[in-house]
Amino acid sequence: MKTYGKFAAIIVVIVGTLVWLAAGGINESKTYYTTVEELREMGQSAADRRLRVAGDVEEGSIVRLGKEVEFTLKQDALKLKVVYDGADPLPDTFRDGAQALADGKLGQDGVFRAQKIQAKCASKYEAKPGQKHPDAVKRAGV
Amino acid sequence: MENLGAVSVLIAFCLGVYALAASILGGWKRKPYLVASAERAVYALWLLLTVASSVVVHALLTGDFRMVYVASHSNRDMPALYKFAAWWGGQEGSLLLWSWLLASYAALVVLTNRRRHRAMMPFVTAVLMAPQVFFLILNAFVASPFRMLAVGREITSVPDGNGLNPLLQYWAMALHPPALYLGYVGFAVPFAFAMGALITREKSDSWLQTTRRWTLITWLFQSCGILLGAGWAYAVLGWGGYWGWDPVENASLLPWITATAFLHSVMMQEKKGMMKVWNVSLISITFWLCIFGTFLTRSGIVSSVHAFAQSPIGKWFVGFLAVLAAAVIYVILNRLDYLRSEARLESVVSRESSFLFNNLLLLASCFAVLWGTLFPVISEAFTGEKISVAAPFFNRVNVPIGLFLLFLTGVAPLFAWRRTSVASLRRNFTWPLAAAAVLAAGLFAAGVRHGYALVCFALCLFVAWTIGAEFYKGSRAIAARTGQNLLAAAVELTHRNPRRYGGYTVHMGIVLMFVGFAGSAFNKQATVEVELGSAFQLGRYELQVREIRRGSNPNYSWDHAVIGVSSGGKAVDRLEPERRLYVSSGQNTSEVAIRRRLNEDLYLNFAGMSADNSKAVIQAYVFPLVSWIWIGFLVLVGGTLVCLVPGKSRVKEAGPGVSIAEVEYAQVED
Repeated sequence: MKTYGKFAAIIVVIVGTLVWLAAGGINESKTYYTTVEELREMGQSAADRRLRVAGDVEEGSIVRLGKEVEFTLKQDALKLKVVYDGADPLPDTFRDGAQALADGKLGQDGVFRAQKIQAKCASKYEAKPGQKHPDAVKRAGV
Repeated sequence: MENLGAVSVLIAFCLGVYALAASILGGWKRKPYLVASAERAVYALWLLLTVASSVVVHALLTGDFRMVYVASHSNRDMPALYKFAAWWGGQEGSLLLWSWLLASYAALVVLTNRRRHRAMMPFVTAVLMAPQVFFLILNAFVASPFRMLAVGREITSVPDGNGLNPLLQYWAMALHPPALYLGYVGFAVPFAFAMGALITREKSDSWLQTTRRWTLITWLFQSCGILLGAGWAYAVLGWGGYWGWDPVENASLLPWITATAFLHSVMMQEKKGMMKVWNVSLISITFWLCIFGTFLTRSGIVSSVHAFAQSPIGKWFVGFLAVLAAAVIYVILNRLDYLRSEARLESVVSRESSFLFNNLLLLASCFAVLWGTLFPVISEAFTGEKISVAAPFFNRVNVPIGLFLLFLTGVAPLFAWRRTSVASLRRNFTWPLAAAAVLAAGLFAAGVRHGYALVCFALCLFVAWTIGAEFYKGSRAIAARTGQNLLAAAVELTHRNPRRYGGYTVHMGIVLMFVGFAGSAFNKQATVEVELGSAFQLGRYELQVREIRRGSNPNYSWDHAVIGVSSGGKAVDRLEPERRLYVSSGQNTSEVAIRRRLNEDLYLNFAGMSADNSKAVIQAYVFPLVSWIWIGFLVLVGGTLVCLVPGKSRVKEAGPGVSIAEVEYAQVED
């Protein structure tokens, strides 16, 4: 049984280390998923948390200023101004009307600072020829 | 045409149900005619699905825009390759591909094994037909690719389709999904054999050989699929990475990890008759994860860059996964007596224990990836808040696991079965360990301070050395006896025992890939806004934006930046990253320009123009050693193919206290 005891001890050490690493990793990178509306309701508690906010990119709101990109996320009537200053290139699907996820923190001034953007095109069945704005995309330069 | 396709799928569904029922009944009541009819139903089913798939492909190639699937995934101006690739560009088509591949595997398995494993084959067929029926339900009734565009009762068409998602219009992307699906679907075969052997309490071990071979082939496809996906992400997505721990990437990794564990632990069963319950569980988990991965990809329960729409097929998958899990657990519990182990573990430093730790680590990694992927779903269920975890979580857990596994790759093949003597440890490991320590010290002296990277490079040298030494010792013995040169002797050696030396080659590929992974610790990047004609610096490169060119073709219009690359005052290259705007979908894509070299890649992305249109925004990256990932992968493929070659002579069982090297000599001598 001595051998099995040794095995048990090694396994406990390995699994324990991994759980400890995992817990650290979760704390470091956990991000709360909200919509623009839920973000409004959170009030002050939103300031300390890393958030991932979902909304639609407002038509014509994308502006590139130097390394930063500014745009507005909207959900019905609610709007949220977002400044993206992350290192990665913006995804190709990020454009006017796309559903986007902005990953970052809410600043004191109410502007959301995003380090990561994910975007999905609105469903293809909804996009009729009249709704496409390739020119607007060009103008925005993204 | 479309009616032909739809009817084929419908009849195929009926045949699937028949084959399932007839083979169970025939196997159970021992009615050879029933079994034979089920086998023919499998062939007919394959033929019908081939017809259905041909109809879809034909419609895509000829542009039959009356079909919803064609209208939303193809357009007139797309190159033929991508029209063909549109087969798996959307939900309905890719589910049909799943079905067709499974039918192909099933037909092949029945054709090649119906005589060899006569008693268990009816059940193997039944186990293959169960997922087949499930997918045919989806093909025929839930997500049919043969839906037509209609106004009222009138079938109409659109003048041109939406086109394949531009991001998918890349050569690796035409291969990545089929390769991955060949992997996903293929794991059904070893799973079916394992279940068949369990149900019939198969006495001989020959099914284990068949299962191991099929797992290896499928594992190879899965590896290719994953790597092609990584290559696509690197060259097309433009964020400069090859792996982002995206849910869909993770979904493809999960069964790969458990299959890797199976490929190792199955050796314990072959050689020692141990870990039988574990092996059957592993192969079942692998197949379950394949279905689960398809579910993750297709249902949209976790958000992903693979932007598939929310769809109603999710609940079908949940149902099937639950039934599958319940059935497998029942069968295993019911056959525990058949799965009793024939030997016990004797020492912590032995081949057996190294397999045990290998499995423990792989399973821990699999569990961590699964946990991280499902974290939003789990946290929402328990706390009501949707919390996701990102790359840091996955890296923190998986980097140490990866390094530990790399270490095992080096030591485990040299451990003897049962227990390893101190003398053999010293003989085998003194030089490799010394070399690794020297390398680590040298790198540290040269200014490398990244802990994991140092450990990784040292381990890579250690493992490469032990593998090289194995090849050298074996070939030298053959060369001494036959008078061949070392290289010819190495080929001879490999041919005598392809499983072992192919395995070493796979390990060597993994080592090279780890060299590439470790390179990411030294990535450099810069995002700059530059006027035409001016230059900026990154690492040792000076990059000058010379001009912006514009143009168009029927499929897309493009802008590209012409960037001169010089290093140390000398012009070395010219790179042209490009932005495209696809006409039919109105979507932008970036075509990055990459200067690939063995030591580092220079990677440029043209992000667009500044707001006043006077400056170009360029994202530049230097990725050290990334090419070694692709090279290592090719070595891995070569090694796996070697493993599949039948050997010249059977491997001899290692006796107690005999080290691998000694067995090798013994083998060479006789």
